[in-house]
Amino acid sequence: MSPPQPPRRPRPKLDADNRAFWTGGAEGKLNMMKCGDCGEFTHPPRQICRHCQSENMAAVAVAGTGEIDTFTINYQAWMPGLEVPFVIARVRLDGVPGVVLTTNVVNCDVNDVKFDDKVKVAFDEQDGIWFPVFEKVA
Amino acid sequence: MGQNTEAYVTGIGQSEVGVRLTRSPMGLTKDAIMEALADAGLTLDQIDGVASYPGKSHGYLGFSPVGVDEVIEQFGIKARWHSGAAEIPAQLSAIASAADAIRAGHARHVICFRTVYEAAAMSRPEEFPPLRREHVEGYSQWTAPYFAISAACWVGQYAMRHMHRYGMTREQLAQVALNANRNALRNPRARAITKKPLTMDDYMAARMISSPFCLYDCDRFSDCSTVIIVSAGDALDEVKATPVRIAASAGRVDRWSWDQAEWMASYATGPELWAKTDYKPKDVDTVQFYDGFAFFPISWLEALGFCEIGEGHRFIEGGTRIALDGELPLNTGGGQIGAGRLHGFGFAHEAVLQLRGQGGERQIPGDPKVAVATSGGGPLAAALLLARD
Repeated sequence: MSPPQPPRRPRPKLDADNRAFWTGGAEGKLNMMKCGDCGEFTHPPRQICRHCQSENMAAVAVAGTGEIDTFTINYQAWMPGLEVPFVIARVRLDGVPGVVLTTNVVNCDVNDVKFDDKVKVAFDEQDGIWFPVFEKVA
Repeated sequence: MGQNTEAYVTGIGQSEVGVRLTRSPMGLTKDAIMEALADAGLTLDQIDGVASYPGKSHGYLGFSPVGVDEVIEQFGIKARWHSGAAEIPAQLSAIASAADAIRAGHARHVICFRTVYEAAAMSRPEEFPPLRREHVEGYSQWTAPYFAISAACWVGQYAMRHMHRYGMTREQLAQVALNANRNALRNPRARAITKKPLTMDDYMAARMISSPFCLYDCDRFSDCSTVIIVSAGDALDEVKATPVRIAASAGRVDRWSWDQAEWMASYATGPELWAKTDYKPKDVDTVQFYDGFAFFPISWLEALGFCEIGEGHRFIEGGTRIALDGELPLNTGGGQIGAGRLHGFGFAHEAVLQLRGQGGERQIPGDPKVAVATSGGGPLAAALLLARD
């Protein structure tokens, strides 16, 4: 019996709130929902600003760089075939105050991930969703 | 003498706690209800309210297989007030809501129950299907795509941050599991969950789940029902057990999020609890803190002001302070790590046992009068202050 194939990433259901975030990678963009009136970001994305209740909201591309806020090395295969260990992290995004993204830090040894490491976005595309993941900046 | 408008725990009950039990979820619920009624000296026809958390979980029956409506129907309860809801601060808020309803005059004797069947469900997936969805929705869409599927991965990041900021070590974290193990070995209802002593060497050698958590930092799926009966102060002449007053409750969240919130909701809930009472942390004789993961009790110690923020791991270092004969006995029945994932209600049950002096081999010394029980983690937090007058 061959080992199970690595699982696909669980897929969000695209809607008006989240489409720009999950598909921005098609154009290489990390899109975050920003208020045109107060200038604050709302994440998870919504069409009404959570700071000033304005409806003048738009998805804007942000720098896509940031720092590791915290992380965990996951050792447990929660799904059949899931390759472990891997890093789950919260990334503070440059230019997006008050927002962190839960993500994976990829393309490095799990033991090389440290607090406050600088990272930049990469995209893992699976069937029309561009999952933002992060890599360490050399 | 004025009317007593307070709310009291007057009966506690618990079914067998097991792993892959074959008795039905309603059967376990019946066992817990009957034990609680006998404990209180009440009969079913005196019950006029029912509360639970989170209500029946149709998408994942193992998590919550019995609903409030079903209990009302099964036991023929003439319910003047009932509540079964998931969007409340956390598990123990079902008991706090019952107390509020009683103080407002909506009911006199309320059965509060929590039935879990997570271990049995895993062994009988055709009867109790696991959670399966085509898409991840709600908050999980921001975590599950990164295989951050278990709360261990979410809470692990809070714990890792505590290590980074405040110097918490795995040896300090281990005291939660070692304390749970020692106390569970003295708890007859924990025998299916904890069978042998755990050493620091065992702990350090255990398989990792999601750093810093190893296997022993995670609570254990179990099958059980726990019941807490809450009664009105002016109905205490109808009960025979020593009443324990629900002196205060709190459940506050400033940002409902598993990742955007810098602090878990426990840190807002702790001060909220003390703002509602004249009692102070120094008055507390024992604490029963939710331990779905070992970091939670450390965070509750800090949140409730038993120590400064960033000092919780030093408070428990060596384990003597939180032991049964220590200055602040923690999770005296073994908690969920040692005695099974009863999902919050076990902490209220154990607090009442200790305040009544019914802890048997695990009874704390002295004459305990005040306890705190908590439940929840991340954006969920509830705290009960319990007092024997």
